Amino acid sequence: MRELTHLEQLEAEAIYIMREVAAECEKPVMLYSIGKDSSVMLHLALKAFYPEKPPFPFLHIDTTWKFKEMIEFRDRITEKLGIEMLVYTNEDGIKEGINPFDHGSAYTDIMKTQALRQALDKYGFTAAFGGGRRDEEKSRAKERIFSFRNAQHTWDPKNQRPEMWKLYNTKIHKGESIRIFPLSNWTEKDIWQYIRQENIEIVPLYYAMERPVVYRDGNIIMVDDTRMHLEPGEQVEWKKVRFRTLGCYPLTGGIESEADTLDAIIEETLQAVTSERTSRVIDHEEAGSMERRKKEGYF
Amino acid sequence: MKGLLKFITCGSVDDGKSTLIGHMLYDAKLIFTDQEKALELDSRIGRRGGKVDYSLLLDGLLDEREQGITIDVAYRYFTTEKRSFIVADTPGHEEYTRNMAVGASFSDAAVILIDASQGMRIQTRRHIRICSLMGIKHFIFAVNKMDLVHYDKGIYDRIAREVKKFISEFETDSMRMIPVSATEGDNITSYSMEMPWYQGETLLERLENIELVRSSVQEEFVMAVQRVSRPNYDFRGFQGQISMGEVSIGDEITVLPSGEQAKVAGIYIADKKTDTAQVGQAVTLQIDREIDISRGCVISKDIELKAADMFTVELLWMDDEILIPNRNYWIKLGTKTLSASVINIKYKIDVNSGEHLPAEKIFKNELGVCDIVLSEKCVVDTFERNKDLGSFIFINRITNMTSACGVVMHTLRRSHNLVWQESDITREIRSKQKNQQPRTIWFTGLSGSGKSALANALEKRLVAMGKHTMILDGDNIRMGLNRNLGFTEEDRVENVRRIAEVSKLMNDAGLIVMTAFISPYKKDRESAREIIGQEFFEIYVSTPLAECERRDVKGLYRKAREGELPNFTGISSPYEAPEHPDMTINTEKLSVEEAVDLIIEKLSAK
Repeated sequence: MRELTHLEQLEAEAIYIMREVAAECEKPVMLYSIGKDSSVMLHLALKAFYPEKPPFPFLHIDTTWKFKEMIEFRDRITEKLGIEMLVYTNEDGIKEGINPFDHGSAYTDIMKTQALRQALDKYGFTAAFGGGRRDEEKSRAKERIFSFRNAQHTWDPKNQRPEMWKLYNTKIHKGESIRIFPLSNWTEKDIWQYIRQENIEIVPLYYAMERPVVYRDGNIIMVDDTRMHLEPGEQVEWKKVRFRTLGCYPLTGGIESEADTLDAIIEETLQAVTSERTSRVIDHEEAGSMERRKKEGYF
Repeated sequence: MKGLLKFITCGSVDDGKSTLIGHMLYDAKLIFTDQEKALELDSRIGRRGGKVDYSLLLDGLLDEREQGITIDVAYRYFTTEKRSFIVADTPGHEEYTRNMAVGASFSDAAVILIDASQGMRIQTRRHIRICSLMGIKHFIFAVNKMDLVHYDKGIYDRIAREVKKFISEFETDSMRMIPVSATEGDNITSYSMEMPWYQGETLLERLENIELVRSSVQEEFVMAVQRVSRPNYDFRGFQGQISMGEVSIGDEITVLPSGEQAKVAGIYIADKKTDTAQVGQAVTLQIDREIDISRGCVISKDIELKAADMFTVELLWMDDEILIPNRNYWIKLGTKTLSASVINIKYKIDVNSGEHLPAEKIFKNELGVCDIVLSEKCVVDTFERNKDLGSFIFINRITNMTSACGVVMHTLRRSHNLVWQESDITREIRSKQKNQQPRTIWFTGLSGSGKSALANALEKRLVAMGKHTMILDGDNIRMGLNRNLGFTEEDRVENVRRIAEVSKLMNDAGLIVMTAFISPYKKDRESAREIIGQEFFEIYVSTPLAECERRDVKGLYRKAREGELPNFTGISSPYEAPEHPDMTINTEKLSVEEAVDLIIEKLSAK
């Protein structure tokens, strides 16, 4: 017998977690955000239950501000794999014209956090997988793999259930739910190496390409459609850029890069001197903003 | 390059755990520049007056940063040229011991910090014990804050002697002592100029050098079944993660607890079909014949494994609600969840001295050795041999909180020798003979609410209908069967257990039983329901306190008001009303006869 590789250990742990949820939780769903972590999580779910299809649906919270390429990718993958993909948008937010340019943090709250809570309530899901990793952010580093939420979807970081060995407590009362993070122990580097090892398809935005962008407050923002407001003096330029994380295009900063292959991306990730969250415009608020959002029900 | 090392940092409050890890990451250039910048910014308002406060790298919760303490375990991931690491940085406060234990259960090695100016403290000793309980065998003792004791070798030597004496009680694979300063960086990633008398490894070197003993070739194979996959009629697979040994196609396997045998016909590692799989891998197994296998069964080969329903465990209690014998909990062991209770606390362990202390209950953050009994047999092993089948958690049945974690020391012989004797005449036959459905009608409510009066009237009516009945009354039982019990919490739990067991026996005999006890606590009634099963029928006599007190049939409320009766339900002790009783009766609104009519109607409808 041999020692399993680091990636084999992480894969086995994630599969064990998914099977526990499928066996013990009443109505699970897997959040799908179209990004690389979601792609890895989806890939693991297909492996965990093979030859069976994953015994739960997938859910995408669509803010209507995602990159066009993301939505195309989502629809193509859903079709190709034959999985059940639920798409939910907060229609009240749309009616009120909530957008990332004018509404700042209210936008994230209404179109992401509120939308997620509405969707979970609508379908009555009791357990939801998310692709969060502990190396992303300090409050995530503190969160359990099975993270309990009360009936208001609130996370109470001061009173988390102890989580020992592989013994996950999935008991809940009516209305309560559990968020499950099977990629908790993966790092950004692990994700990329696994994508290469398993040949997982990802949205092309991760690869460097000439794209129309503007420079704004130290971020490189892609002009993905005509809804993008240009500030006085801003010029659309064509630059070779790629994205380390993907979200709503006006809130996602790209990086100038030549990395147009997986190997080049991994090389660049290993050399990186900043964390990937720097490209998320919404995380740049004061210390603890992620924790506050999580307490309100954000993933 | 060596494999992954998961380790924990622990020790008493303010011994510098978070600072140590923060400094190690900072020195080894293992943090990103934006995090470094945030750290330097945060430090300006932090506790070190402008100097870099390394602990801010780890204490990620707002409450932690405000209070300057660690509340919950934080995980950090880093890689050096020699090895990759996951470190669990854990809190030192006694209040958050459970979170420290979470980190310990995850780790292969422990870095225990000791403040050089303080020496070993009670929390240091508690943490060493918990690390050992959770299965850690590699220890590094970092004697910290050496800068504050002028790098004095004498002080270090004294602490080293104390540690060596203490650790000799535990089984270890490796143990090292290192004098360090977490704030100044001595012996963390580079040698200290201040302590030429120390010639050993730096902390980071030590972590890189730890050799984890991996199990060598094992004949035996063990896998607990997580789930049965049956996508169509042609495929039936058993999914789980292998916890010991390896398995190949054609192997003869035994399924426990049934003991049935079969041959392995197919193996998938995740989605890849293979001929053989080994410990740690998540697999789906197919076998060559149809036998009954479900979640919680164990598939094994060449190993003696037993199913038991009684065993001795060592546990860490983590709930604010204290552990009391005979109370029911959920136990999760391997992939099985069952009902369980502690039948006997053998002793508590004094965390300081290791002394075994006699005990009737176990409080939060205490360690104890107990005998537990399960509602049915379950495949177990000792923690020593198989972590997966030898570890468990207790879950509170009302709050769903994880109340305890523990390890199996050994199974009890009794459970193998005691066999439930089935008789030819069953409960069904006995009740048919009496032409009735056995029941335990459990009246609960305040003293004076009318429980006994209702039970009496109901019994008369049932007897008139030709039914066979029995009443168990609180005071009467206490004069006989339960006369050795008082009114402490443990005795109350035992009181309810005996009444429930007697009711069950009478149901077995085919009788309709009525019980009239205050039974004020939800969890006690839940225990009774658990023992009695589906025959349990709960009636909440909801007569308000004011009315009960006005009636005061036995004159007890008056005595309680005058302070003569401590712990009197409704006055000085709470009554927890049932949330979903089978029936509720308020005797203010109904006459006894009307109430009996309703009960009979409800019983015959059920």
